[in-house]
Amino acid sequence: MTVYLVRRLLALVPVLAVVVTVVFLLIHLIPGDPVGVMLGPDATPAQIESTRRALGLDRPLYEQLFKFYVRVLQGDLGQSYFLDRPVVTALLERAEPTLVLTFSALLVAVLIGVPSGIIAAAYPGSLWDRALMLGALLGVCVPGFWLSLNFIYLFAVRLGWLPAAGYASIFADPLAALRYMVLPAVSLGFNQSALIARISRSCMLEALQQDYIRTARAKGLSQGVVTWVHAFRNALVPVVTVIGITMAILIGGAVVTEIVFNIPGLGRLIISAVLRRDYPVVQGVILVTATAYVLINLAVDALYVVIDPRIRYE
Amino acid sequence: MSEIRRFARNRNIAVGAGVLALVVLAALLAGVVSTHDPRRLNPAERLKAPSARNLLGTDEFGRDVYSLVLHGAQVSLLVGVTTMLLTSLGGIVIGLTAGYYRRVDLVLMRVMDGLMAFPAILLAIALMAARGPGIGNVVFALSVVYTPRTAMLIRSTVLSLRELDYVQAARALGRRDLVIAFRHILPNCVGPLLVQSSFVFAYAILAEAILGFLGVGVPPYVPSWGNVIASGKNVIREAFWVSLFPGLALTLSGLALNLLGDGLRDVLDPRLRVQ
Repeated sequence: MTVYLVRRLLALVPVLAVVVTVVFLLIHLIPGDPVGVMLGPDATPAQIESTRRALGLDRPLYEQLFKFYVRVLQGDLGQSYFLDRPVVTALLERAEPTLVLTFSALLVAVLIGVPSGIIAAAYPGSLWDRALMLGALLGVCVPGFWLSLNFIYLFAVRLGWLPAAGYASIFADPLAALRYMVLPAVSLGFNQSALIARISRSCMLEALQQDYIRTARAKGLSQGVVTWVHAFRNALVPVVTVIGITMAILIGGAVVTEIVFNIPGLGRLIISAVLRRDYPVVQGVILVTATAYVLINLAVDALYVVIDPRIRYE
Repeated sequence: MSEIRRFARNRNIAVGAGVLALVVLAALLAGVVSTHDPRRLNPAERLKAPSARNLLGTDEFGRDVYSLVLHGAQVSLLVGVTTMLLTSLGGIVIGLTAGYYRRVDLVLMRVMDGLMAFPAILLAIALMAARGPGIGNVVFALSVVYTPRTAMLIRSTVLSLRELDYVQAARALGRRDLVIAFRHILPNCVGPLLVQSSFVFAYAILAEAILGFLGVGVPPYVPSWGNVIASGKNVIREAFWVSLFPGLALTLSGLALNLLGDGLRDVLDPRLRVQ
């Protein structure tokens, strides 16, 4: 297993190198003079020149890239122009709401998706199967941010059950945090539960057709034991893969959900940075999220070995 | 003829193509069937509920939501189709090159892996931050985001095709690499490419709406579904219809394209059919 993990870790190096290079190149995609765009039309030539020198943009491209790599490896993502603090500090301040939202939505997605897929597969062709899969198809197609707005209208405006927007830290006031988090987590998680349900169903259907299931049934085991004990664990590997992918999609989706529900996380940070042309913050947010995505995939790969011992010997 | 019948007989394709045709028709005829100018601000008529005069109500600036939804379809389809074409083109060039020339395969695929490491919408937001708002920039950003997925698909198809007998035979006959790639391998990639394209189309329409909603996509004065939903967010307490109807149009288009993609996959590659 160690060899397998070391090999996977080494494979991450070129991927992360591309990620860092893309993030570096972003600033060079700005049409015209990036410094002129950042400082706005009122900037004097002297200001433009000094900012260009401060950012190292007067140096050759390869030198800028090398320095960027060195800085990133040292954990220095630059200074935010508008927040007047290092980008890393800004990211750390805003990470909690995004993490809480992402994990809550993942929990919702798994709690809805996995049982739906299993029930649909256990009774293929039944009314349950059709209803759940129709729900899953709709879940894939309904835009999450629009669903959020409809949830706000229904549960906050009309029924008044839950707050329409806002955030409370789970460490400061857990009960208020839960009330604020229900709508964002459900609307973000619902979309992804559809994907998990579809994959869980098809994996379970495949697992249920195997010889060992027939043997288990022949032994006289109940449908519940056959489904949950024998088939479920064997169907789990692809489901875990999808949950890993889901996690990455949720990080992206959280950005949009944060805007709808006014949650002060990384999503609001990047959008305000885009609107204020605070490029170091934009670069910081996408670098951190892409790295998180790569590491989540690594964790999922490591999890395979725990779930399916056959992989260890391959 | 039997091919067309096979496509038409598939229920997913029939429903998906039918709904999509309606959306295309609405977009093409937007100028004719609209009841109002979607850009005309009319503060006296702001936040009017759906009525005979304003079929789907009005927004906070007094613009007619029905006309906005029809014209929004033009933006969505334009972005969707252009992104689909560009990602297909990019995917074919990169996928064929990587699949056929093993020397560049490693480099190209690591670059694709790196691009796919970014959550799609975040990379699109970052690219929009650099390029600024505008339809062309939205298409550029979404094409960069979705091309790697198509390239990976084409590459894996090419890898399985290049060892087949008919390709070996073409090589033995002295055909040039370019001819083999384009005349013998590419036509066999069309099936998977069509399926992928329909999903890219759906993702692009959704992503365009998300970018518009976040205020970093097409400029706010352009009637797009995302922009209208965003303006509906501000008035959700008083006028739920402003965000409801463009969202329904978006959902319907996504549903049509997903059904179409599922149907095409069932017909073109029955091995991949979801059980």
